[in-house]
Amino acid sequence: MSDTLLVSTRKGLFEVRRHGSGWSVDRASFLGDNVTLALADVRDGSWYAALDHGHFGAKLHRSEDDGASWVEIGTPEYPPKPDDEDDVGADGRSIPWALKLIWSLAPGGADRPGELWAGTIPGGLFRSRDHGETWELIESLWRHPDRKRWFGGGADFPGIHSVLVDPRDSSRMLVAVSCGGVWETTDDGQTWTVRADGMRANFMPPEQAGDPVIQDPHRMVACPANFDQLWVQHHCGIWRSRDGARSWVEVEEAGPSTFGFAVAVHPKDGDTAYFVPGISDQLRVPEDGRVVVTRTHDGGRSFDVLRKGLPQEHAYDIVFRHALDIDQTGQRLALGSTTGNLWITEDAGDNFEQIRGHLPPIYAVHFVPLSPS
Amino acid sequence: MPTVHFTANLQRHVASPTIVVEGATVGEVLAAVFEQNPRLRGYVVDEQGAVRKHMNVFIDGVQLRDRAGTSDAVTPESEIYVIQALSGG
Repeated sequence: MSDTLLVSTRKGLFEVRRHGSGWSVDRASFLGDNVTLALADVRDGSWYAALDHGHFGAKLHRSEDDGASWVEIGTPEYPPKPDDEDDVGADGRSIPWALKLIWSLAPGGADRPGELWAGTIPGGLFRSRDHGETWELIESLWRHPDRKRWFGGGADFPGIHSVLVDPRDSSRMLVAVSCGGVWETTDDGQTWTVRADGMRANFMPPEQAGDPVIQDPHRMVACPANFDQLWVQHHCGIWRSRDGARSWVEVEEAGPSTFGFAVAVHPKDGDTAYFVPGISDQLRVPEDGRVVVTRTHDGGRSFDVLRKGLPQEHAYDIVFRHALDIDQTGQRLALGSTTGNLWITEDAGDNFEQIRGHLPPIYAVHFVPLSPS
Repeated sequence: MPTVHFTANLQRHVASPTIVVEGATVGEVLAAVFEQNPRLRGYVVDEQGAVRKHMNVFIDGVQLRDRAGTSDAVTPESEIYVIQALSGG
């Protein structure tokens, strides 16, 4: 089981570790700075942190010593926009060809050491082959005609928040876009096919609700042991796929609601998944002020509503899309909220423990994976 | 030659001492600065050379007008301040 959790917050990166007596915050890095994501690469032990300085732009840092020291590395850069190119999103906004946010980081396949993927706002997917020192835009997706139909959800511009590399084939990937659906490549990023059939966007006029290119998946995850089993927490509900994203089926009931941002899937059992519901798009707070996690063991046919150890009165925490994680055993989960609360369960959700209650707003939690050896 | 000063808030992230460099426009001056201090570039301008949204440049007390092209003229005696706009929480 993973004993280390990286907690990315509005005011720094916190390392939370399990000791004999329980979990504690062992170190703060980048204190005061906006850390939007962190990744621990199981292949070589490197840690990566994405920062958004606001004034000074988005940056990336890498640590080779488990967070003791950090070095700034390369930042994904968009190419110059051709003077004659008109790049206006579906919502009429001009798309800047400039990095706004690093919204996802993912390691490449086990057979490609040093390969990293970064999904960004305003919609570019980038690859590094040298541990993040340099980055290249995946032009095939950026120049796909349908990319111009994407638009921003909560953010001003569209962005890629989920990047999944198929563990069976490193040249196959799935990425999810808010708002731009799910995209698959099977040829290492040379060509892309939209894979959001079955999703429904009720924020669009009825005749466009089923258009795969304008769907708003909030977060997509795949079961590592069975990569064809995928889950999406979508703006309009929960969807799952059993066929590698070729088709998606809605899960219509999931405890208090099907609205939320985050989803986690069990590492070995693709039928087991976790969500953190809010009431609805229009009312983004937990139902009745009670924070709960919902869990299914049967592919979404039924859900347990888990609340032991979670606040059950006047709690208005929301858990963002990267702020729910599950470790490699499936026993430990962590969730962090916009209100700065951090909870961990060590028994797959039956009981939660509040680790900290006064952290800055939490954007992401990530268990440091144990290397397979 | 123009003199360029940088906000103290930048120093936390990247060393940026006051510097005297050649240049007839803000863009030329900044290019000369970044040649000596490459990491500073991404903190002041974006990848297309536009001054970052929440950064400001003043040339002899006058705010930069051409934020995308940084074509504003400077003189050899100019004092240039690269500072940050106020935002955030």
